Amino acid sequence: MEPIALPDWAALGPALVLAVTALLLFVVDAVNPRKTNRPLIAGTATVGSLAALAVAVWYLLAGVGTPTGEGGRGEFHIFGDPGQFVIDEMALFFMVVVAVVTAMVAVASYDYMHDHAYFASYYSLVLLAATGMATMAAANSLVTIFIALELASLPSYALVAILKDNRGSVEGGLKYFLVGALSSAVMVYGISLVYGATGHLQLEAIAEVIAAGDAEPYSGLLGLGVLMLIGGFAFKTASVPFHFWAPEAYEGAPAPVAAFLSSASKAAGFVIAFRVFTTALPIGDLAPMGIDWATVFVVLAIVTMTVGNFAAAVQENVKRMLAYSSIGHAGYALIGLAGFVGPGGSELVMSAAMMHLLVYGFMNTGAFLFVGLAEYWGVGRTFEDYNGLATQAPIACSALAVFMFSLAGIPPFGGFWSKYFLFTGALSVGSTAMIAVAAALVVNSALSLYYYSRLVKAVWIEDPVPGREGLSQPVGLYAAIVFAAVMTVAVLPGFGPIADAATSAATALIA
Amino acid sequence: MIIETLIAVTLVGALVTFLAPNRIAGKLAFAISLIPAAVSLWMFTAFDGSGNALLEGTLAFESRFEWITLGEYTISWFVGLDGISLPLVVLTTVLTSLAIVSSWTPIDDREAQFYGLVLFIEANLIGVFVALDFFLWFIFWEAVLIPMYLLIGVWGGPRRKYAAIKFFVYTNVASLVMFGAFIALVVGLGDAVTSFALPEITEAMLDGGPGEFAGIAGTTLTSVVFVAMFVGFAVKVPVVPFHTWLPDAHVEAPTPASVLLAGVLLKMGTYALLRFNFTMFPSDVVSTFAIPIAAIAVISVIYGAMLALAQTDLKRIVAYSSVSSMGYVILGLIAYTQYGVGGATFQMVSHGLISGLMFMAVGVIYNATHTRMVTDMSGMADKMPVAVGILIAGAFGYMGLPLMSGFAAEYFIFFGAFGSEMLEYAPIFTALAMFGIVIVAGYLLFAMQRTLFGPYRLETDYEVTRAPFHDVAPMFVLLGLIIALGVAPELIFDMIRDAVDPILGGEL
Repeated sequence: MEPIALPDWAALGPALVLAVTALLLFVVDAVNPRKTNRPLIAGTATVGSLAALAVAVWYLLAGVGTPTGEGGRGEFHIFGDPGQFVIDEMALFFMVVVAVVTAMVAVASYDYMHDHAYFASYYSLVLLAATGMATMAAANSLVTIFIALELASLPSYALVAILKDNRGSVEGGLKYFLVGALSSAVMVYGISLVYGATGHLQLEAIAEVIAAGDAEPYSGLLGLGVLMLIGGFAFKTASVPFHFWAPEAYEGAPAPVAAFLSSASKAAGFVIAFRVFTTALPIGDLAPMGIDWATVFVVLAIVTMTVGNFAAAVQENVKRMLAYSSIGHAGYALIGLAGFVGPGGSELVMSAAMMHLLVYGFMNTGAFLFVGLAEYWGVGRTFEDYNGLATQAPIACSALAVFMFSLAGIPPFGGFWSKYFLFTGALSVGSTAMIAVAAALVVNSALSLYYYSRLVKAVWIEDPVPGREGLSQPVGLYAAIVFAAVMTVAVLPGFGPIADAATSAATALIA
Repeated sequence: MIIETLIAVTLVGALVTFLAPNRIAGKLAFAISLIPAAVSLWMFTAFDGSGNALLEGTLAFESRFEWITLGEYTISWFVGLDGISLPLVVLTTVLTSLAIVSSWTPIDDREAQFYGLVLFIEANLIGVFVALDFFLWFIFWEAVLIPMYLLIGVWGGPRRKYAAIKFFVYTNVASLVMFGAFIALVVGLGDAVTSFALPEITEAMLDGGPGEFAGIAGTTLTSVVFVAMFVGFAVKVPVVPFHTWLPDAHVEAPTPASVLLAGVLLKMGTYALLRFNFTMFPSDVVSTFAIPIAAIAVISVIYGAMLALAQTDLKRIVAYSSVSSMGYVILGLIAYTQYGVGGATFQMVSHGLISGLMFMAVGVIYNATHTRMVTDMSGMADKMPVAVGILIAGAFGYMGLPLMSGFAAEYFIFFGAFGSEMLEYAPIFTALAMFGIVIVAGYLLFAMQRTLFGPYRLETDYEVTRAPFHDVAPMFVLLGLIIALGVAPELIFDMIRDAVDPILGGEL
C-alpha cells in the first residue's frame, strides 16, 4: 500500500535535488544582477545539499536498494534494466557522503568566500560538481560514468582556479586541468578498448560477455582497456600514478574547495572504481584470462599510501601536508579493491573502504576547513605559523586535535574504526599479498602519527606567535568545523548502522 | 547500567569543565569527580561478583549489548567487574579526585582545559578496567594517551615537548605491536570465536588455541603473539629496557599528571599483562617464558633501584623507584601462585596509593621551593613540617614498613614467588628481588636525610611557607588508605584472591 507511488526516476532524487539547487542559484543571482544576496545564496546551497542528504538517508531507511527478499524495495534501474543508472545501497551510501560534505563546504564557504566577487558562481559550481559526484555514485554504464565524471571535473577545475588573482590558485587550477584532461583522454580510450573487446558499455552486459568467454580472443585489448580505466580512477582519487596534481591543486585552491575535492570527489572516484571492477570486470572471470587487476591494486595501494605518508612527513606547509595525507588515505581506501586477490572474502575489505571514505568525509573536510579558518584569520601557512593557536581559539583547536588523531587512526575517534576494519579485512582475506598490505597499513599509520601530532603540538603545545591579534569567530566556518568534529566522534558509538549499511552494500555489489 | 552511568557522568563532566570559566574549573572538576568516586565506592560495597571475569566467573554490574557486526565477528559494549578490576576502578576514581585537589596550587594557566582533560583521562581509565570486549578495551586504552600527551605537553616543565612526544611514541608503538598481534591471534582462532569478547577468546585459547594462519603453525603463532603482547604491555608498565620514557614523562609532567601516570597509567600495563598474557594463554605457554620474564622482573627491580640511587632530582628518584616497584608486580605474576598473582594485584593498588602520595609530597615541596634538586636544599622539615612528615610516611610505605600497604604487597609477592612451581630457581630470583628493598631503603633514606633534615638551607629566591590545607589534605587521605590496607589487606585481598584462583586452575 503506497499512498503516493513515486516514479522510478525519483530514485535518483539526491542527485536531482543537487542539480535543481545549482540551477536555482543561477536564478537567484540573476534576479538582481547588481547586488549579491550572500546569505540567501549560501542558504539556498546549504538547504539544497541538506535536502539531498535527507532524501538519500530517507531512501536508505525506506529500503531502496535492499533486496526485496529482505523486506526492501530492491534496486532501481533507470533507462533500461539493467539500466544506465542503478540506485542501490552503495549509490545511496556515497550520495550521503557527497551531500554531507557539500553541506559542510557550503556553510563554511559563506565566511571564507565572503569578500569574493563570484560568490553565486562559486556556489553553483560547487553544487554542479556535487551533482556530478552524486551521479557518479549511481552511474552504471561506462558512458554515464564518463559523463558524470566530467560533470564533476569541469566545475572543479574552475573552483580550484577561482581565486584568479592568486598565483597558487591559478597554477593549481591549470595543473589540475592538464592532468585531468590527460587522464580523461586515457580513460575514454580505455572505455573504447573495453567496448571494442566486449561490444557493450553497460556494466552488467560487459560482465555477461566476459563470463560467456566471448571476450577471450581480445584479452590483450581488454587488458589494456582495464589498465587505462585504472588510470582514470587514479586521477579522480588522487592515487599513484596520477596523484601529482593533488598537492598543487589543494594548496592553491580555496580551503573549502580543497576540502570538497579531497573528500567528496575522492569518494566519488572510488564509487565508480568499486562499481566498474566488481560489476563489469569480475576478477573470477578475468584472472584466468591473465587480467589480474586486483594485483595491480595491491601494488597501487601499498605505493600510494607509502608515497603519500612519506611526502606528508616532510612538509612545512600545513595545507600541503594535508594534501599528501589525502593521497595516503586514497592508498588506504584502495585496499578495498586490492582485497579481491583472494582467496578469502572481499566483502569485508570493500565495506571497510566504504566506511573509511565516509569517516574521511568528516575528518578530512574538517581538517581542511580548519586550514580555511586559519587562512581567514590570516595567520600564515606553515606549522610554525599555527603555533599556540589553542590559547586564542580553544574550541576550533580541540576540533583540530580530533581530526588529526582521527586521521592517524587513534581511538576514540571514527578514523580508528574504519582503519581497523581495513586491517582486519585485509588479514581475513588470508593471502600473503594482503598481509603485506596490512603491514604497510600499520607502518604507514604509525608514520602518519608523526606529522599529524606535529600539527596538534604546534597549536596546543608550542608558545603562541608573539603579536598575533585577537582571532575572530566566523559563525559559518566554526559551525562546519564543530559539526565535523562532533560527527567524527559520534560515528564511534554510532558505527553499527554505518557498518551494516556498508557491509550489505558491498555484499550486494559483489554478489 | 551503573558502569555506563559512571563513565557517562565523568565524560559529560569533562566536557562541562572544558567549557567552564577558568576561575571555577578546579572546584567544579573536584565536585564532579566526587560523583564517580562515590559511585565506585558504593559499587565496592555492593560488589556481588565471584570468580574471574574471563574464566566464567560471575560478573558484578555486568551489561552487554551488540554494537557492530563485522563479517563473522561481533563487537559489543561489554562491561563488568570482578575482584581484580574493582579495586583498580576505586583506585582510579579516588586518586583522580585527590589529584584534582592537589593541582589547585600549581596549575594557573588554561585551567578549564586542564581539568577537563583530567576528567577525560579518568573516564577512559575506568573504561580500561571495566571493558571486557577487546575493542571497547582498546578504545579506552588508546584514548588515555591523547589527554596525557596534552597534559604533559601543555602544562609540563621545560623539556615538556620532548617528554610528551617520547611518551606518546613509545606507548603508541607498543600498542600497535600488541594490537596487531592480538588481531592475528583472533583471526588465527578462526571459527572458534565469533566475537571479540575476552571471555570467549579466553575459552577458545584454553580450548586448543589457534590453528594454522597464513602458513604459520598454531603453536608458533601463540608464542609469537605472547611475546609481542608482553612487549607491548611491558613498555606501558614499564620494565627495563623499555623504561626510558617514564622518567622523562614524570619529571616534565605537572604533579597531578604524575600522580595519575604513576598511580593508574602504569597499572594499565600490569593489569593488561594479567588479563591477557597470564589469563588468556594456557599455563604451559606461560611457563616457556618463565625464566626470561622473571629475569626481566628482577633486573627491573635492581636496575630501577640503582638508577634511583644515582638521581639528584626528587621526582626522578620517585619515577625510577616506580620501575623498581613494577618489577615486583611482574615477579608476582610470573610466580603463578595465588599469593604471587594476588600479591601483584595488591601491589598495583598499593603502589598506586603510595606513589601518588610521594608525587604529591614532592609537588608540594616544589610549589614552595621551585626546585626539586636534592643538592639545592636541606632542612626542609623545619619549614614545612606537615608536608615533610607525610613524605617520610610515604617513603616508609615504599620501603615496606609493616602495617602499611607496601609491606603487605611485597610480603605476598615474595611469599608467592618463593613457592612458585612454574618458575625454576624461584628462590634465587626471589632473593635477588628482595635485595631491591635494601636499595630502596638506601636511596630514600639518603635523599631524605639530605633534603629534609640538617640545617635549613635553600638555594632559591622564593619565600618558603607552610603548604595550604588543600595541598596536604589529599595526602592525608592517601596515607589513611595506605595504612588501612596495611592493617587490613583482606579489605581487597579477599576479592582479589577469589578472582585470581581460577587463573591458576582453582587450587593454590
